[in-house]
Amino acid sequence: MNEPVCEAHAVSKRFGGTLALDHVSLRLEAGEAHALVGENGAGKSTLIKVLTGVHRPDGGTIRHLGRPVSFSGPADAQDAGISTIYQEVELAPLLSVADNLFLGREPITRLGLLDRSRLRREATEVLARYGVAVDVRRPLGELGLGIRQMVAIARAVSARARLVIMDEPTSSLAPREVDRLADVIEVLREQGIAILYVTHKLDEVFRVCQRVSVLRDGRLVHTGPVRETSRIGLVAAMLGRPVAEVRRHGVTSFGEAHEVGRAAPVLRADSLVRAHALNGVSVEVRPGEVVGLAGLLGSGRSETARAVFGADPLDAGSVEVAGRARRRWNPAIAIRSGVCMVPEDRKAEGVVPGLSVRDNITLAALPRLTRGGLVSRRARDRIVGTFIRRLGIKVSSPDQKVGELSGGNQQKVLLARMLCLRPAVLILDEPTRGIDIGAKAEIQALIDELAREGLGVLLVAELEEIVEGADTVVVLRDGTAAGVLRGAEIGEQRIMELIAADVSDGSAGGRFDD
Amino acid sequence: MTTGQAERAALFSPAAGTGRTRLAALARRHGAALVLVLVVLLGSLTFGSSFTGPGNLRAIALDASYLLLVATGMTFVILSGGIDLSVGSVLALSGVLAAYGSRWGTAGAVLLPLAVCGLIGLVNGLLIGWARLAPFVVTLATLLFARGLAFAVSQEGNQVYIIPADLALTRIGQASVLGVGVPVLIALAVFAAAGVVLNRTRFGLRVFAAGNGDGHAAELMGLPVARIRVRVYVLSSLLAGLAGVLIAAQTASGLPTLGEGRELEAIAAVVIGGTLLTGGAGSLGGTLAGVLLLKVIQNLINQVGTLSSAYQQVVSGTFLVLVVLVQAALARRRRQ
Repeated sequence: MNEPVCEAHAVSKRFGGTLALDHVSLRLEAGEAHALVGENGAGKSTLIKVLTGVHRPDGGTIRHLGRPVSFSGPADAQDAGISTIYQEVELAPLLSVADNLFLGREPITRLGLLDRSRLRREATEVLARYGVAVDVRRPLGELGLGIRQMVAIARAVSARARLVIMDEPTSSLAPREVDRLADVIEVLREQGIAILYVTHKLDEVFRVCQRVSVLRDGRLVHTGPVRETSRIGLVAAMLGRPVAEVRRHGVTSFGEAHEVGRAAPVLRADSLVRAHALNGVSVEVRPGEVVGLAGLLGSGRSETARAVFGADPLDAGSVEVAGRARRRWNPAIAIRSGVCMVPEDRKAEGVVPGLSVRDNITLAALPRLTRGGLVSRRARDRIVGTFIRRLGIKVSSPDQKVGELSGGNQQKVLLARMLCLRPAVLILDEPTRGIDIGAKAEIQALIDELAREGLGVLLVAELEEIVEGADTVVVLRDGTAAGVLRGAEIGEQRIMELIAADVSDGSAGGRFDD
Repeated sequence: MTTGQAERAALFSPAAGTGRTRLAALARRHGAALVLVLVVLLGSLTFGSSFTGPGNLRAIALDASYLLLVATGMTFVILSGGIDLSVGSVLALSGVLAAYGSRWGTAGAVLLPLAVCGLIGLVNGLLIGWARLAPFVVTLATLLFARGLAFAVSQEGNQVYIIPADLALTRIGQASVLGVGVPVLIALAVFAAAGVVLNRTRFGLRVFAAGNGDGHAAELMGLPVARIRVRVYVLSSLLAGLAGVLIAAQTASGLPTLGEGRELEAIAAVVIGGTLLTGGAGSLGGTLAGVLLLKVIQNLINQVGTLSSAYQQVVSGTFLVLVVLVQAALARRRRQ
């Protein structure tokens, strides 16, 4: 076997009482994309941080290019040829594309001044190799996420990286951009670069990678060639459950269809129109019904959810709650009339990371818990205790800061915040995005349970979840409803037919943000 | 180029900036200069030679040159994502020390204040860059410290040190070349040098990088962010110190009460010049326009005999709000 580019041998890392990494060994070979999967908290991030010198391992050794190394930080690791592409592209959005590419090793003239023309020329050349043709003088932040990521990769590789670590690189990319990334990884492999590909998405493991390692609770539980690994085996390894059990329960944890019956809709949105986004979408939600919104990125799923909640102004259309038409409609009124939403972007629009779990959960319900201007501590604690128990939120105490929780638990806190308002309709925009499989399953089961108790749910999620979880599916295409499927009609095939029905010229497929 | 490459290129080449976004960028970059031209035109039409006369223009230029020095340093600080509230006090301390040090000749009158100011900047930079304390708090502390020291050196203001009139410093400080005061020339020279440093050196580019997203991105890119911050605060203090020395030379004395509120005026000039208060984007050219605009407006209000000079700040404040409003509107447009 060849000398690996980078090798971790029996690496351990302890944080306080918990062992985040327990004798983990990993070989990263030249020209190989190595997938690293595992639930949140399995130790993936810690392993990356140990490899790039952010953390010092408590035990074990790291060898890079044949020599034992001990990096003092990301800069040190980068000098040695290990570059990291982070989940949220960590570059300078206000600086130009060219500056971003060359910051840290800017070309200078003999006088010691920046050589701007060379900077531009070389930046253009480098990006052309990745099929990116942009004006490199434009600020990076004006460009789409896909392009930003290409810039990050180009930056890593042109810094003579031998190992490129990609931390959930596709979490905010459109499908076509994911294709591009796969192509680029192919190019990197041809150059003999090793890639450590951290992901939640099993599809990408099988599509992009040659070898896969699974971490669970800080231990390496599986490593081997991708073609000798089955999908179900991988899921079982991640969850630590027998294969048969995973097979029996299906991929998601949604149960059977709910008793919706003929009840009158609790929420009815009619012909919603918003320039460039929605073109006459209608949605009805009955008590106990899970209504799924399906469609490609940019088809108007999130936009519909936000419009129904009153978060974005409408150009036309009407919203009716419990049979009453509402003339004024905004999030405050929506919440008062029992329509609540958990937004897509947890970080930006959801949790307040610096506040405690208690404060986060009761934030929206505070007006109801207040008597004479004072907040009843006892009522608060009762509600918080109930939801922590019922939703299975893993916290050391209600005083723990939400920022310290895993993604899945943060999402549960958000759900609790909305649920303690006792909503009649809950709008969920990608509730399981970016959280691990275990937490995903719990949230899916929770949605199911809530619907059974009579809550109406409007759900934006991945196709798989919509198919298994929704009682009614509204298929969106270019801001209009392409069709509505109910009960037995719901199936991936049928939804994809509706989505694809009109996409003959190719331009209507996923939106390409600029 | 093969067909495959052509397709890739097409996939990843967004349309060039539309006319409207380009106009918005232009407004942000050159808005202050444009308004400055309008205000100057308006002023010269309204007040004629009492505004455009050489005497008045010289006064504006002299007044603006001290602010320009401070604002130039402030531009670096703000671009790097920080703020320096200490510059007004540092300027006063520098003036007092220049007067105090003049007993050892011009060298003492220049080196003593600059050494002390550089040290204050170093403390600012180390606390902000390495100890990662909040710039607002650190420089608020040095603001108090420097002001206190200025009063202490001058026995609580009772002792006003006079710079001898025959000292080279006073003669240079009060001289003019071709009708332009030496402080103005010095300020312009420093400004030009700062322009080269900011726009044409690695350090300059990295100042911008440090101001993008709390410097986190710059750190992950392997840039020496802490060192960049230290240099920026040292530069800011040194330039404030230089302004203090020049004012002392001009007035032949050092007053501990000098420069109160100068830090806010400098920040206002930088922001009016289109630099984002959050850092990462902006220009020195804008700062120059911002400085001149503030000073011209002050001068024009003085020309209106019926208005008290207190209205200077009313107008400056109103103008600042307008600029920030426009900036916010532009930022919103860009996000959409």
